[in-house]
Amino acid sequence: MSTELTESDVPSPTGPASAPSRRTFIATTTAVGGIAVAGGLVAGPPPLGVEEAAAAEATPSGRVSLTVNGKRHTITVDNRTSLLDLLREHLGLTGSKKGCNAGACGACTVLVDGRRVNSCLTLAVRLEGAEVTTVEGLAPGGEDGELHPLQAAFVEQDAFQCGYCTPGQIMSGVGCIQEGHTGSAEEIREWMSGNICRCGCYVKIVRAVEQTARGK
Amino acid sequence: MYPFTFTKVSDTREALNAGRRGGRYIAGGTTLVDLMRETVERPESLVDISDLPLREVTVTERGGLRIGALVRMAEAAAHTKVRTTYPVVSEALELSASAQLRNMATIGGNIMQRTRCTYFRDVTAACNKREPGSGCAAREGYNRTHAILGTSDACVATHPSDAAVAFAALEATVNLMGPDGERSLPFADFLLRPGSTPDREQALRRGELITSVEIPAHPRPLKSGYLKVRDRQSYEFALTSAAVALHIRGGVIREAKIATGGVGTVPWKLPTVEQHLVGERPSARLWAQAAERAADGARPLAHNRFKIALLKRTVERQLRTVGGTK
Repeated sequence: MSTELTESDVPSPTGPASAPSRRTFIATTTAVGGIAVAGGLVAGPPPLGVEEAAAAEATPSGRVSLTVNGKRHTITVDNRTSLLDLLREHLGLTGSKKGCNAGACGACTVLVDGRRVNSCLTLAVRLEGAEVTTVEGLAPGGEDGELHPLQAAFVEQDAFQCGYCTPGQIMSGVGCIQEGHTGSAEEIREWMSGNICRCGCYVKIVRAVEQTARGK
Repeated sequence: MYPFTFTKVSDTREALNAGRRGGRYIAGGTTLVDLMRETVERPESLVDISDLPLREVTVTERGGLRIGALVRMAEAAAHTKVRTTYPVVSEALELSASAQLRNMATIGGNIMQRTRCTYFRDVTAACNKREPGSGCAAREGYNRTHAILGTSDACVATHPSDAAVAFAALEATVNLMGPDGERSLPFADFLLRPGSTPDREQALRRGELITSVEIPAHPRPLKSGYLKVRDRQSYEFALTSAAVALHIRGGVIREAKIATGGVGTVPWKLPTVEQHLVGERPSARLWAQAAERAADGARPLAHNRFKIALLKRTVERQLRTVGGTK
């Protein structure tokens, strides 16, 4: 398998190749009154600077072989591609979520070589030989089989409302349990603080992690 | 994010060659990738140094501790030697960022990390650090989280690292390797105050690589700890913080090493407070008197005057926690 990818900006059926960041978008729309650029969001190319547009013509890329949920992939990626975009846009693994895309929310948490990390801040091109586990690869019986104990605990404890942060919470919880930071509810709260839940389900998330750690 | 070329180097010489040609070193990447996405950072070439042999924590001949530049924050914090001899370092690290980020970020990268000033991170705002000569939007802007110590007309941004505050308190040195050889810098000389050149943040020469941070031996027993005060309980940068290390023998304070964070443009050492403590016996009164000097020289901005009182109380509380009261 060999495909070219750009950062955050893989062509989607409906969108342009490169979506502007929220900040760029707000700043630009403010400057031009919003109309021209807002239209560009749907149909045209993003508001790249001259420099950026020129540079985009020859985007340096690299080839990387990595294992995702036990399956080996060899892919050519634009050097800017994050692991999160690689998973979501190329491998179709949309379980890992893009919340802030800045390492501030934890929705993109996955395990790389057994450690929980923010996949949005991980450049895919750096992952030669890495073993990645996403929420899709957690259940021992695969997609139709039995859930991972922490997934089951999230269901049992009703540890979510909208569910957007849940895959990141679960992957982070798996890391937290492996690291052994589950001695008390307080300890779990501290060591799970890298995962924000906008619905405020923290009490039940902590219970789910606690329950799973005890049953280990 | 602007395009960049990418090289992974396997040894130090290769790294230095790439660095000399203007390549930008990347280790954990948690700050750099974030800032590249915001187009605050625009390196043309990234040099991945994660395979270099800089991953060890070793006890030095003189009894200090050398932490390799590529030791991850999580590893350094959990290391038995760090935890037992300098708890202030472990605590500062574990009160930083999140478990995920600490699994990625390295010690070298931690002290290289750039300010969280929102105007620095917003490419549409004036910022002398990001774009020399463009002005400082924070001075007249919303500056509640900004510095009160070590500021200049050009810049009032704080240094964001907690670990750096502990390293500053313990008078660590930064070991460097460059195209012209190796050298060491006292921590106080490594991070630069903004002055009229806030874009220059570290005393690094072109292509120079951090190899380790070295904490000198301090007389034993040494009690130490880190207190961080912030807007939310966890996963947040400091409004104020205090790294305190005390050597108390025979009921008398023989050595005091104190630095504060969240208030200075660099980790802020408090020699006046240290001198006030040495030779004295611990008491609630002493802690309060010493801490009264913690904000000497502060120049508050429109929204951060509260940091003066908060800083004094932070230092007082941490002196009490580490030194006890009799």
